[in-house]
Amino acid sequence: MSWLLGETDGWTLLTILGLACVTVVARSFFFILDKEWALPTWAQRGLQYAPIAALSAVIVPEIVMLQGQMIHTLKDARLYAVAGGLAYFFWRRGQGQAVLGTILSGMVVYLPLHIGLGW
Amino acid sequence: MFFLPANRRHPEYRRGFAEMAGVAPGIAAWGLMTGVAMVKSGLSTVEALLMATTVFAGSSQLAAMPLIQAGAPMWVILATGFCVNLRFVVFSAHLRPYLMHLPRWQRLITGYLSADLTYVLFTKRYPQPGVDAAQKQAQMAYLAGNGGINWASWVGSSVVGVVLANFVPTAWGLGFAGILALVGMLASLANTRMRWVSAGVAGSAAVAAFALPLKLNILVAIAAAVAVCLLLEANRSAGADTGEVAP
Repeated sequence: MSWLLGETDGWTLLTILGLACVTVVARSFFFILDKEWALPTWAQRGLQYAPIAALSAVIVPEIVMLQGQMIHTLKDARLYAVAGGLAYFFWRRGQGQAVLGTILSGMVVYLPLHIGLGW
Repeated sequence: MFFLPANRRHPEYRRGFAEMAGVAPGIAAWGLMTGVAMVKSGLSTVEALLMATTVFAGSSQLAAMPLIQAGAPMWVILATGFCVNLRFVVFSAHLRPYLMHLPRWQRLITGYLSADLTYVLFTKRYPQPGVDAAQKQAQMAYLAGNGGINWASWVGSSVVGVVLANFVPTAWGLGFAGILALVGMLASLANTRMRWVSAGVAGSAAVAAFALPLKLNILVAIAAAVAVCLLLEANRSAGADTGEVAP
């Protein structure tokens, strides 16, 4: 059973269930309560900037940092993979399965550099 | 919900099912990749399976993985997941008049099952909330069929990805596909200049504040980006210095 359980951690399991609750609360936000209510205007305007900020805050350190330090080399497969993925996305103008194409074209760049050259 | 016979027997159930079935292969391919990325980011198989079957929100799953791996505290991970999910809060305001006739537990399950594509297809098929019982019944049946197949194809393919990932060496770095998925989602959100500003501020702040404990750099970055954008917006609407038209 070790391949199944591995290093399973109780807190991580709770965190995952918490994320499932976050999905329910976010998707049902305005129809959880029976009473009609609305967010203040500034919060409504702020809503449109928070998701992209959250994504960017998670992504950028994962691309330009290694073990808590900025990378000082261009021999890093991640940089070229992201450039390749974005190039595909904007070439397709975000139409159709553009996100899937971003992943695939990014990995096509990433895997040879990472496995082949050790970048 | 797909488990209510009244919904399953309604002809609109099939229609909702069919309209989602057209895009389900794309969902499935993405779910497969997410399943692989979950294991390759360091989750154990049990953790990855629990996430694959319960969370049902690709972007918050992918955003949570590096944070879980870094040992961030639960509240930071949940707050980040909620911020990534904020678009659903906006959708829920739109869906409210369609759903308020249901008891609360059914509203919550319907909300859980209404991901991006279900919301888009549902509001396209029904631009107005139903006014009588028959219309409301038809709408709920459509939503059940549509959300049901979306959930099934996402969860099924994620589970396959989790199992397959155990046979691929970690050294290949397949987990990076999760970051590339987030890059693709970021690019599809970046459709106004102000959102580019938000992404730029948040990315820089997350790197600059990286040394903060508990992965608080993520929350600091989100707060900074939203504050800067609201200030810029307020400046612009005051019309002080530009004649620029809002995008």
